[in-house]
Amino acid sequence: MLTFVIRRLLLAIPTLLFISLVIFLLLELSPGDPLGDVPLTVPPEVKERMREALGLGRPWPVRYVLWLKQFFYVEPLYWIDGIFRTDFSQGMQRIISFQSRSPVFDVIAQRVPQTLTVVGMSYLIGVMIAIPIGIISAYKQYSWFDQLGTFVSMVGFSMPTFFTGVVLIIIFGVKLQWFPSIYDTTHQVTDWDSFLVQVRQMVMPVTVLALYNAAQISRFMRASMLDNLGQDYVRTARAKGLGERTVVMKHVLRNSLIPVVTVIALGLPAVFGGAIITEQVFKVNGLGQLLISAIHANDIPMVLTLTFIFAILIVIFTLIADILYGILDPRIRYD
Amino acid sequence: MTETERQQRLDREELVAETAGPAPVSTELPPDDPVHAGEETRSQWRDVWRQFRSHTGAMVALVLFIGVILFVTIGPYIWTADPAYVDILARNTGFTAEHPLGTDQLGRDMLARLMVGGRVSIAVGLTAMILAITLGSLIGVLSGYFRRLDAPLMRLTELFLALPLLPLLLLMVTLFREPLSQAFGPAMGIFLLIVSAIGATSWMQSARIVRGDVLGLKEREFILAAKSIGTPAPRMILRHILPNVLSPIMVAATLGIATAIITESALSFLGLGFPPDFPTWGRLLYDAVDQMQMYPTRVILPGLLISLTVLCVNYIGDGLRDAMDPRIRGR
Amino acid sequence: MICKKKTLLTATALGAMTLATSAMAERGTDGQLNLLLWQAPSTLNVYLSTGTKDMLASSLILEPLAAFAPDGEIVPRLAAEIPSMENGGISEDMTQITWKLKEGLKWSDGSDVTAEDVKFTADYCMSEEGGCSQAAKFDAIASVEVVDPLTVTITFDSPRPYPFQAFVGSQAPILQKAQFENCLGAAAATCTEANFGPIGTGPFMVTDFRTNDVASFEVNPEYREADKPAFANVNLKGGGDSAAAARAVLETGEYDYAWNIQISPETLNQMLAAGMGKLEVEFGATTEHLKMNMTDPSPDLPEGERSTVAHPHPILSDENVRRALSMAIDRNILNEIGYGETGAATCNMVNGPAEFAADNTDCLTQDIEGAKALLEEAGWTDEDGDGIREKDGRKLSLLFQTSVNAVRQDFQALIKQWWQEIGVQTELKTVDASVFFGSDPNSPDTLVKFYADVEMYTDVYDGTDPGTFLAEHACDAIPSPENQWQGENAARFCFEEYDAMVEQMSQTSGTEARAALAQEMDLMLTRDTMVLQPLISRGRVSVSSNALAGVQMNPWDSEFWNVADWSRAE
Repeated sequence: MLTFVIRRLLLAIPTLLFISLVIFLLLELSPGDPLGDVPLTVPPEVKERMREALGLGRPWPVRYVLWLKQFFYVEPLYWIDGIFRTDFSQGMQRIISFQSRSPVFDVIAQRVPQTLTVVGMSYLIGVMIAIPIGIISAYKQYSWFDQLGTFVSMVGFSMPTFFTGVVLIIIFGVKLQWFPSIYDTTHQVTDWDSFLVQVRQMVMPVTVLALYNAAQISRFMRASMLDNLGQDYVRTARAKGLGERTVVMKHVLRNSLIPVVTVIALGLPAVFGGAIITEQVFKVNGLGQLLISAIHANDIPMVLTLTFIFAILIVIFTLIADILYGILDPRIRYD
Repeated sequence: MTETERQQRLDREELVAETAGPAPVSTELPPDDPVHAGEETRSQWRDVWRQFRSHTGAMVALVLFIGVILFVTIGPYIWTADPAYVDILARNTGFTAEHPLGTDQLGRDMLARLMVGGRVSIAVGLTAMILAITLGSLIGVLSGYFRRLDAPLMRLTELFLALPLLPLLLLMVTLFREPLSQAFGPAMGIFLLIVSAIGATSWMQSARIVRGDVLGLKEREFILAAKSIGTPAPRMILRHILPNVLSPIMVAATLGIATAIITESALSFLGLGFPPDFPTWGRLLYDAVDQMQMYPTRVILPGLLISLTVLCVNYIGDGLRDAMDPRIRGR
Repeated sequence: MICKKKTLLTATALGAMTLATSAMAERGTDGQLNLLLWQAPSTLNVYLSTGTKDMLASSLILEPLAAFAPDGEIVPRLAAEIPSMENGGISEDMTQITWKLKEGLKWSDGSDVTAEDVKFTADYCMSEEGGCSQAAKFDAIASVEVVDPLTVTITFDSPRPYPFQAFVGSQAPILQKAQFENCLGAAAATCTEANFGPIGTGPFMVTDFRTNDVASFEVNPEYREADKPAFANVNLKGGGDSAAAARAVLETGEYDYAWNIQISPETLNQMLAAGMGKLEVEFGATTEHLKMNMTDPSPDLPEGERSTVAHPHPILSDENVRRALSMAIDRNILNEIGYGETGAATCNMVNGPAEFAADNTDCLTQDIEGAKALLEEAGWTDEDGDGIREKDGRKLSLLFQTSVNAVRQDFQALIKQWWQEIGVQTELKTVDASVFFGSDPNSPDTLVKFYADVEMYTDVYDGTDPGTFLAEHACDAIPSPENQWQGENAARFCFEEYDAMVEQMSQTSGTEARAALAQEMDLMLTRDTMVLQPLISRGRVSVSSNALAGVQMNPWDSEFWNVADWSRAE
């Protein structure tokens, strides 16, 4: 297993470099202009100079290599400086966003907390709801619980968040005035009261996202459980006289987790990617909002850096998923 | 068109059901009731159908789904109002005889728009889903089954997972909108473009899921047994592997339809989808969100139809899955 | 009746005044002001950005020498008075302008504001590699000289009839030399701290700035008016969309003021009905219009020749067709559906200030029959009876593009139908706004490339003088492959007479003369040639809560121009 992990990690380096090149080229080729938002009142010569100032005058291979250098050399040096109070990175240019002309990593660091609290929490809740629902729905297939679960999760999944979010805001924000419709990212949790304020502003976005995630995961959980409940080994286990609980929770559940692990492993990097629409609806301004606004503004350094971090997370989490397969089902071997 | 596709799908599933031998599986002990490897031929399909019919939920869903399909295909021939006709004087009317489901902010007939919109949405949803699922299952099975293909295919999957969706779609639209429109006409060209754009960007999850299942499956005894008697790989995959990963594929398919319908609307409000005078359910829903307090029916109707379609497909999928599972069948 | 109305007006004015005076009593007593900009500001240095959102946020901190008042008049901010020929501020030959600063001005860090800061600001924006977005305002400046600590003289390359561009308006405020000294040229991008926290002279100073998210401000202790501002803090939040922003002010009351509201009049009225806030609208330099492509965008032409002057448009070169298209449109209905109170049907490109707007209302009445007759007369007839006219075997069929926007899509649907009624077939196309308004020379979908027959968007001009805007329709501003499609004249409008007027405009001074010429030029673009077809004069629209007093919308400058006078209503 260890050699497998090491091999995969080594293989990840060229993969990631290739991915970064593809993303860079994609951003280069896709139509759109970092100066697209510049009003029509700005004359073309000025636009040209602004373009030069963004470094867009240089050919793309130069810009790509420069970005690689900044990402893999300057930024780590900068962190080292920050930790050890050295000044290796003195005078070196960090990755700068086109929109705000500020270092991309500073902005990302600013956004991570709100995304992790809102999107991360909703994912956690989603998974925690989905797995029991999936298990019970499968175990009592076609019971009223299963029917209700199916109905709610399919409706939950087919209703886009731009719709459910606004419905919640109108009911709980406007009519009942229970929860704020705008998320305050500057809010600090210091005591019990401010914690309650934080909980109140998180309720709606977390509900919307958790519903969506739970719907998806519970469907996979249920299907996989159903597959396994019908297997002969279950009958054997029961025949052996094992308790129903042991049979379901130990044997069936473990064997049913493989697709669920896949879905969750793909979902966790997405937590980092934020939830574009939900963040927009509730004004959470996390990483999703950062990414979408950067894409709209064709802020290439920002989009490239964000998607590249995203790619690293995907590579890591697919590796974790592969390792988990081996643990869940010891027959799976990669060597 | 969707009808024939559905038929094709059913036919294919029939084929799968026929070729798929029952798969006695055991992890701890040999089966206490060995099912004899099937020589059943045509009668098996009839079996499946009988089983399917006994599944109340699936039957209700099938009837409703056919209803929805008829609503969007035959409907516009019965209710002939022009969905694009702007009637300024009849803006925002409620349910009247002239406009049974009311009109929108420009006085366009909602019933006609829902019918025409559904045609696009269902066609896009089903086709894109089928494309994504086929691609995903193919890549998943190949990568799970053939160790040599595993690494390259999974790295490809990771690449696709990492690509930012929006610039990718923008690029696809810029490159292919005009050539496709010229080759297939504007509507068909954009349809192909959207379907392939959605398909090409949503197969990764099912590929990963299928691969995960196949990895575990191929170490099972029945596969080893089949291998030891020299079953060639293609038959192995069709007969033994695919039928056993069918249920996660079914789930991915139902979820895929919902996603495709919503994604289509997202594409059109990014200017990447159908021209603005082409209603679709997702678009109707999106456009009405701002006015939902005044005209709730305008969000409820398209929302209801999307959910209904997804629910129907889900129940039909459940029914089929149960009907085709030899372990449940006849229980 | 009129009399009654007048007394009512005076009464409200008096009311507002007493309110204002009572609130004006002390600085920082009214707590927090909550502002919502659904497009969040990304920087506070306007010289590195062109977004209105950034300009608005920075206008709480930074101030120019002079600003535009709501009526379009130039009023002093940091300057002691507005230079003119009469007071000797503008030289006789119109090549020099001399500004005098108010005495005793201080930056929020306590240091003095001097003429050096003014000169530095010009250097900052004029430095080559800085990529200053307001460079056009500093165009053709030969030198900026400090005469004494409070006086600065700007010399232009050539006579400048309208010298109020540099340091006028919130887009060209004064920066502190001490803070930005090391940020000249290419170093501009490295000064994140300064860009996110400029030291200013305005009523507030920034305490926390998170790009594209939220900014917090507190009272500037050095602000020149001791009893202002009334608010102690400002919280400026960004994100979401304009409907949600309006909802947060009008329905939930979480915010005091939301900027740039673009929602359907019905939705807006329904939100206003909750009675928690009101609409702030003023009309200025924003016109939604149609542009007719005078050149042939046909995809059959080789790339590089599409939409170039080498190929005149086979249909739209015919003035009668353009005129008929305009006659078929009912602008009042468009306004009713798309803008309501926040817009007005118009026939002019230049709609303000009032003296610049031509007296032209010919296009406001829809005339379908007249349009049909005109086409018939011009030889466009429907021979084959398919409802679409043709002439010389050419179908009267047009591709109509615009950016993605709910109101624009409604307009497209309506216009398509009216044109259908007069026998014109229309194919609709929408393009993502960042592509449409972008200038990527490789994209076929930008508005300057104009690979369509008709396009619709909003034109705006800067400041109160439309001179530069009108000059954009000269022949030499036509975008073409030779100039990488850079050029503002998207319609490919090219008339000798017009070019002559552009030339004349560049030498005319005095508001009256300029206004008369501007009207003439505007009429030529619109009524006489029908190449530009104005539809709606769009107001600047924001909503403010009833709990906020002192707001006065300004269409020419930052909406927060008088934020120092805002206070909490009782």
